[in-house]
Amino acid sequence: MTPLYQTGRVSAALETTAAWCLAVLWILPLAYALWASIHPSAYSAHFVLDAPLTTENFVKAWNAAPFSRYFLNTFLLVTMILAAQLVLCTLAAYAFARFEFYGRELAFILVLLQLMIMPDVLIVENYRTMTALGIVDTIPAIGLPYMASAFGIFLLRQTFKTVPRELDEAARVEGASPLQVLLKVYVPLAKPVYIAYGLVSVSYHWNNFLWPLIVTNSVNTRPLTVGLQIFASSDQGIDWSVITAATLMTSAPLLIAFLLFQRQFVQSFMRAGIR
Amino acid sequence: MSVVRDISRGADGEAARPLPPSPRRASPRQWATHINGWLLLLPAAIMLAVFTHYPAVATIIDSFFSTPKGARPAVFVGLDNYQAMIEDPIFWHALDNNIIYALATIPLTIALAMAMAVVVNGKIAGRAFMRLSFFTPTVLPMIAVANIWLFFYSPGYGLIDQALGLFGVPAHNWLGNEHTALACLIVVAIWKDAGFFMIFYLAALQQMSPALGEAAALEGASRWYFFRRVTFPLLMPTTLFVLINAIINSFRLIDHIVVMTRGGPNNTTELLLFYIYEVGFKFWDTAFAATLTVVLLVLLALLALGQFVFLDRRIHYQ
Repeated sequence: MTPLYQTGRVSAALETTAAWCLAVLWILPLAYALWASIHPSAYSAHFVLDAPLTTENFVKAWNAAPFSRYFLNTFLLVTMILAAQLVLCTLAAYAFARFEFYGRELAFILVLLQLMIMPDVLIVENYRTMTALGIVDTIPAIGLPYMASAFGIFLLRQTFKTVPRELDEAARVEGASPLQVLLKVYVPLAKPVYIAYGLVSVSYHWNNFLWPLIVTNSVNTRPLTVGLQIFASSDQGIDWSVITAATLMTSAPLLIAFLLFQRQFVQSFMRAGIR
Repeated sequence: MSVVRDISRGADGEAARPLPPSPRRASPRQWATHINGWLLLLPAAIMLAVFTHYPAVATIIDSFFSTPKGARPAVFVGLDNYQAMIEDPIFWHALDNNIIYALATIPLTIALAMAMAVVVNGKIAGRAFMRLSFFTPTVLPMIAVANIWLFFYSPGYGLIDQALGLFGVPAHNWLGNEHTALACLIVVAIWKDAGFFMIFYLAALQQMSPALGEAAALEGASRWYFFRRVTFPLLMPTTLFVLINAIINSFRLIDHIVVMTRGGPNNTTELLLFYIYEVGFKFWDTAFAATLTVVLLVLLALLALGQFVFLDRRIHYQ
């Protein structure tokens, strides 16, 4: 969009240089992590072009902790949360968007409250609830507080409200029940929003740490983030190369997915943010 | 209400007829709407009630009781927990630190996010790489980010000390020093979040009409003038959205503290939620942790109220 501003060449060049410096500075930590993980630890802070490449750090990290189990746990966790969120939020959003029912305004405000008071800050009481339910140290216990997502309900409600009523009514005239209308009319039309919400949700829960740290205490339930922390803080002789390898390994699926589907990711985060 | 009803009756030509005894009785079809609406909402409502509303209320109730220990159940202690909290120097440290942390992180993150978005939105060479570089920290887990930065800060052979060593600056224990530890965490938080907020600015910039820029160029306005008088005000709704999220983040995200400093040295990186975590799950003093959580809830509620009362009314451009 930038048209012909009254900009001198010098200031334009300065601006470009500054922008480039910022971009390089920003990628530096990650570039460093990559460097350390693919070189022997002797080269972890010693930058020469002929440093030998190795995959040894990844092998060491993989063998030093049950990462395969952690990957499985995280995978189960994000899948379970997303599936539950999609069902719960779709139904609730449909109710808010297209049904006049007693107490709707109040109910909606109560839902929106969760945008501010997130489960992340209610750790003490939620832990007590999980204890009472007898499900501490299970994967569902990590996911339960996040399943009814105010954000998801809000996002889908806004989308459903843009669906023309004529489509809805046409389907009803043909004898479709409210649930059939939802599945045949609303859900297909909201597909881009579902993709956006799915990406945001998966990256949030893949990366979530504090609540899983609190509510899990065994290998069979710990997600990757908690597993990584336990691995990195235990006595590994502070071999940074192995730790950065483990760090990259745990972030790799998201990172690779992001690099492959960059546009999708960025647009999803945009879409999720425009309210 | 009555005005609306009168008009509709007039339209039906039934205005003269007296009203039936219960004019608002719902028809079976309306009942079906009410019931269907609630049935659709019910699953989410139950989950929200159990894991958001109940714990929020229970937190407040528990803050007036003692922590149950072994066979001894919780007893009502009135404001004792609050008294203890006010007398607890670590609580005040945590609150002060959290405010400093928020005040330092938020403006810098927002300014950087805005600058990044303007840069990436322009016709600069290599902007695909730039967008990638700015946004990538967002998809990394905070726990991974903290582990990477931990090495940068490590005294002597960490990258920062090595770089400074080239200029003859002596080694420095960045995270172990009371004066620099919090600043180190602030840098990490800015690095992680700026690219995330950039996305929202980018979205807003792309919705702006190019005609604005063309008109300003015709008038001979400088780029800085254009940004200050046109772009910045038009980005205001986005800034407020970002601001709210940044404030919430500064109270919600403490993963890097668990990895990098654990609140030390000498409580200089103790933030509110980390302190709640320590009290609740290290010392198992759940009543005191609930009392601390009440403070956090009050802060977040004030934020919600502020957004509701103040901001929603003032910011309407579109």
